[in-house]
Amino acid sequence: MTTTTTMPTTTSTGGTTRTRSRRRSPIAPYVFVAPAVVLYLAFLLVPMLYSVYLSFRGLRLVEGGAFGKRQEVFIGLGNYVSAITDRDFLAGFGRLAVYGAIAVPLTLGLALVFALLLDLGATRAKRFSRTAIFIPYAVPGVVATLMWGFMYLPLTSPFSYVTEQLGWGTIPFLENPEIFGSIANIAIWGGVGFNMIIIYTSLRGIPSELYDAARIDGANEWQIAWRVKVPLVTPALVLTGLFALIGTLQVYGEPTTLRPMTSAISQTWVPLMTIYRDAFVRDDLPRAAAGSVFLAVCTVALSVILLRLTQKRAFGES
Amino acid sequence: MSQPTLAHDTVRTPFLSKALPTAVILVGAIYCLVPVAWVIVASTKSRSELFTTFTFAPGSGLVDNLKDLFAYGGGQYGSWALNSLLYAGVGSVLSVIVSAMAGYGLAKYQFRGRNLVFYAILAGVLIPGITLAIPQYLLMSKLGFAGSYASVLLPMIVSPFGIYLCRVFATAAVPVETIEAARLDGAGEARIFTNIGIPMMLPGMVTVFMLQFVGIWNNFLLPFIMLSDQNKYPITVGLYTLLSKGSGEPALYSIAIIGAAVSIIPLVALLLFLQRFWRLDLISGGLKG
Repeated sequence: MTTTTTMPTTTSTGGTTRTRSRRRSPIAPYVFVAPAVVLYLAFLLVPMLYSVYLSFRGLRLVEGGAFGKRQEVFIGLGNYVSAITDRDFLAGFGRLAVYGAIAVPLTLGLALVFALLLDLGATRAKRFSRTAIFIPYAVPGVVATLMWGFMYLPLTSPFSYVTEQLGWGTIPFLENPEIFGSIANIAIWGGVGFNMIIIYTSLRGIPSELYDAARIDGANEWQIAWRVKVPLVTPALVLTGLFALIGTLQVYGEPTTLRPMTSAISQTWVPLMTIYRDAFVRDDLPRAAAGSVFLAVCTVALSVILLRLTQKRAFGES
Repeated sequence: MSQPTLAHDTVRTPFLSKALPTAVILVGAIYCLVPVAWVIVASTKSRSELFTTFTFAPGSGLVDNLKDLFAYGGGQYGSWALNSLLYAGVGSVLSVIVSAMAGYGLAKYQFRGRNLVFYAILAGVLIPGITLAIPQYLLMSKLGFAGSYASVLLPMIVSPFGIYLCRVFATAAVPVETIEAARLDGAGEARIFTNIGIPMMLPGMVTVFMLQFVGIWNNFLLPFIMLSDQNKYPITVGLYTLLSKGSGEPALYSIAIIGAAVSIIPLVALLLFLQRFWRLDLISGGLKG
C-alpha cells in the first residue's frame, strides 16, 4: 500500500552473524506474531479460500435413476457467469456508482474544508466544532439510519415541516431519485468527522516555518491553504479516499435499515444485498460466494488503481 | 465579532477573515448535532405525540418510553446493550493485545518470513471484512459455532489495520537502543515487551482500541448473519429488528427511537473521554512509512 521502510532484509540466507548472536531467543518474534497469524489464517485466509472454492461448485443432476440425485460438483465459472449477468446484481453496482459519486467527494471535500478551518488561526469555537463534527463517528450506521430515516419520514421530518409551513409540500426524501442523496447523506454525516481528524492531525504535522516562508512571499491564508497545506496532506487524502472507496463498496447496513420505511429500496439495492439474498433467501451459497469474490476483487482492483494513480502526487516524483 | 479596526497588514475585512470560517465550521457542527438533538427530543414524546406534535417540541412520555424500552421482550434491550458491550469490550481488548504483539514483533525483529507476514497483513487491509462475513458464517456453521457468542467475537479480533498501525507505532516509539540496553541487563524478550514495549506503545494502543471498539460496536452484517437467537443480538441488530417490525406495528417506533437515543450516550461518552489520549496522527503518519 505504501512506501514502507526499506530496511535491508536479512531474512532467508544467513543475515549478519553479529545481529544473530546478539539475539537471546530466536523464537521470540514467532511467538509475538503467532496469535495474529493464526487468527489471520482462520478468519481471513481460510474463509477467503473456502469462498473461492465454493464459488466453483454447484448443485447439478448426476446420472442415475429417473429422478437423478442432485449433487454438489465443480461447475467451473458457471456461478460467476450467472452472478455477473444477473441484472439485479449489476444494477446494484450502478446504484453504488451513483451513491459513491455523491458520498465520496462530499465526505472528503467537507472533511478537508473543516480540517483547514480548524487549522486556521482566525477560526473560533474550534474545540466545540471539532467535537461536534466527530460525534457521528461514535454512532453506528444502523442507528444513524434510524435517526435520519425518521427525519426523512414526512410525518416526523423537521425539514418537511418547514417546507409544508411554507406551502411547498413535503420533501420526497424516501423516493426515487432523492433516495440516493438521502442515503449518501447518512454516510457523509457518519464519515466527515473521522476523515476531518485524520486530515487535521496531518495538517498539524506540517512545520510552521513553511507558512512563514509563504507569508513572507506575500501569500494570503487562502493561497497558503490551497498551495501549501493541501499538497502536503495529500497522503492523508489518499488514505481517507481509499477508506471511503472501500466503505462505498461495502454499503449494506444503511439501505437495509431504511428499507422498512420506503418502497424505493429493493431487496437487491446494492451488491451485498443481492449476495445476502442469494445466500439466505435463495439458499444458493455457491452463487453468493461467487458474488462475494467478485466484490472483493473489485475492491482490491479499485484500491490498487487509486493508489497507482495517486502515488506520484502522494509520494513525490520517485 | 465587531472589532473596530483590526486591519494592520490585511485588506480583507474582519468579517471575511474571522467570522466566515467560524460560521462555516459552526454550520458543520450543527449539521452533525441535529440528528442527535432530534432523537433526544423525539425520545421524550409519547406514541401519540410522535406523529402529531412539531418534531422539535419536547413531549411528555420520556419516563413511559424508558419503561417500555426496558420492558420490551422481557428486557431484551438490556441484554442487547450488554452483548454490544461484551462483543466490543472483549473483542477490542483482545484485538489490541494481538495487534500490539504482532506489530512489535514485525517492527523490532528480523526473522524468516517477516516480509511474507507483513505483506499478507497489508493485503488484508484492502479486503473488505464484510465480504468475508458470509464465508465466515459458512465455516462457522460447518464447525457448529454459528449462532454462538464466539462466532461474532472471534472474527473481529484480527485487525490487519490495527496490526499495521501497531507496527508503525512500534517502529517510531520504541528505540532499538532501549531494547538492546535491556537485553544487556539480562531481561528476557517477553519482559522487554511488557515492561518497555507496551508502555511506550500505549498511545498507539489506545488508538487501536478505540478504532476496534467503535468498529465492533457499529458492526451490523456479521452479527446479523451469524446470530439467530435474539437474546444474543448486539444493539445494532436489535434496533434493526424493532424498526423492521415497526412498519407493521408503529408502537415499536417509539421504542426504537428511545433505544437509539440511549445507545448513543455511552459510546459518545467513551469517545469524548478517550479523545485526549489517542493518536490519530499515526494513521496519516503511517502512510509516509
